[in-house]
Amino acid sequence: MAVVAGKSSGNVAFKIFGYALCIFLAIISLFPFVIMIVNSTRSTTQIQQHAVSLIPSTYFFKNLDVLLDKSFDPLKGFFNSLIISSCSTICTVYFSTMTAYAVVAYDWKLRKPFFTLIMCVLMIPAQVSSIGFYQFVYKIGLTNNFLALILPSIAAPTVVFFMRQYMIPALPMEILQSARIDGAGEIRIFNQIALPMMKPAMATQAIFAFVTSWNALFLPQILLIDNDKHTLPIMVSQLNGDIYRTEFGAIYLGLFLTVLPVLVIYFLLSKHIIAGVALGGVKG
Amino acid sequence: MKTKLKGVSYAKWGYIFSIPFIVTFLIFSLYPTFYTLLLGFTDCVGLNNTEWKFLENPFDNFKTIFENNSFKKSLKNTVLIWVLNFTPQITMALLLSAIFTSHRNEIKGKGFFKVVFYMPNIITAASVAVLFNALFSYPIGPVNDLLVSFGFRDEPYNFLVYKTPSQLIVAFIQFLTWYGNTMIVLISGILGISPDIYEAAEIDGSNGWQTFWQITVPNLKTVLLYTLITSLVGGLNMYDIPKLFNKGGPDGSTLTTSVFIANQAFSGRYLYNRAAAASMILFALISILSAILFWLMRDKDEARIEKEKRDARRAAKKQQKEAIKWQ
Repeated sequence: MAVVAGKSSGNVAFKIFGYALCIFLAIISLFPFVIMIVNSTRSTTQIQQHAVSLIPSTYFFKNLDVLLDKSFDPLKGFFNSLIISSCSTICTVYFSTMTAYAVVAYDWKLRKPFFTLIMCVLMIPAQVSSIGFYQFVYKIGLTNNFLALILPSIAAPTVVFFMRQYMIPALPMEILQSARIDGAGEIRIFNQIALPMMKPAMATQAIFAFVTSWNALFLPQILLIDNDKHTLPIMVSQLNGDIYRTEFGAIYLGLFLTVLPVLVIYFLLSKHIIAGVALGGVKG
Repeated sequence: MKTKLKGVSYAKWGYIFSIPFIVTFLIFSLYPTFYTLLLGFTDCVGLNNTEWKFLENPFDNFKTIFENNSFKKSLKNTVLIWVLNFTPQITMALLLSAIFTSHRNEIKGKGFFKVVFYMPNIITAASVAVLFNALFSYPIGPVNDLLVSFGFRDEPYNFLVYKTPSQLIVAFIQFLTWYGNTMIVLISGILGISPDIYEAAEIDGSNGWQTFWQITVPNLKTVLLYTLITSLVGGLNMYDIPKLFNKGGPDGSTLTTSVFIANQAFSGRYLYNRAAAASMILFALISILSAILFWLMRDKDEARIEKEKRDARRAAKKQQKEAIKWQ
């Protein structure tokens, strides 16, 4: 009896501890963003009197006026980010699936060395070669050009790796063989048979590729110098500068606007995103 | 995997389909890496300078960098901030994954908590860093407001001008953005452990604590190592958060190696050559780390392939035997 009682009181303690920890961490994780959203609707004076409030105010549009007054164009940044992220995502997902297909569906001499190479460069971040990359891009005249950020996304080793892992069980070779017997060409087989079968994996990788590209700061900041080429993260980095020093309402609003698209994507697709992290998670 | 049909070889299509990857990789990855290495041996200084020559003593830049106090400090800062972030991160992630996978004590709202815990990871790191700068601002930021209203302090505290608080805040932001991710990776690792082992442990009368330390943690070894190394590589590249939270300050206390490299190359005197040398040192560190990871993962993969081969052989033998029987 004593043992059973001890066990169940231990269970209760474990549960209480579990809930307490979860609620505590949920508050910590949400608090900064709640403050950001609420303060984006409050005037700078209100924020200076009481920086923490959970009650929204009515200064949203006044803050917007202040924000847009100072050469901050979130709409422009939004479209720049959208173009770069969409194009990179399409390149990454399509060509990574193609590369994985080359490794899985065909038996060629250099297949193993090629895949070993992909494994080797899996962890090397683009940042370490940024100096050479910048000089090279400058020489061929692609600074301030989105192509310098889009084209490199064709070779995405992490995505190739993930696609290969997914493709091995998901793509039966018999189907490819029967398509060949029916006289389909190799390119058509890839585009019309293999690609559709990879849709779930491609969707997951597309979300991550998009968000990674959308959030990138380092390379865009180096390469896109013109103001009208700036992406949203570059604009965010300017919110910290002197021009907004005392305009707290506008700073919070600017942050909220830049974060909004990602938040919308996240709350629409959170299930897939979390499942994707659990599956592949080849990320720093 | 048969790719031959009626004597036609399809091998060339393997090459054709990997051309886009290989060409892009050569142009935008491999070439810039060698170019960076090359620049490390030159006198390439000044904005958009394309006329440079090799130094008489080619290792001068590397020597300068190794003797540079800022660089040494940035390495120290990077490691310190990484440790300050990773210790609580892995602890919380382990605790949470134990709570979330416990069958005896199901917790309600798991889905909700997972969504909330992972959220900071997906939000633009640049925005999170600027947001925290605003949250900790002096004298009227939200954090100071809370500290004073709840009576923890009589006066607001200027977090942003003291070294240790700034380092702690950067580590905290890093923790906040990654603990959810690590938790999800660990949960999927735990779910991959065979339930039979847990059943056996329960029959043997093992309690939750014992089960966790003697079954869950040892079986998670590979996943934990994977997390450790990916996090270390990510930590070495930490740029957005320290750069935008406080520009690497105060007094260089949150200057990480990546911020150091960017500052050398793209501001002040545009010291491309030294930045390139520093990049290559970073590159060497990351290569060593990923070599360790590669070795760990390849080991596992090969073991799996070996097993598949064995199974195939066994199946073939069985078929043969059956065929003999039929005869």
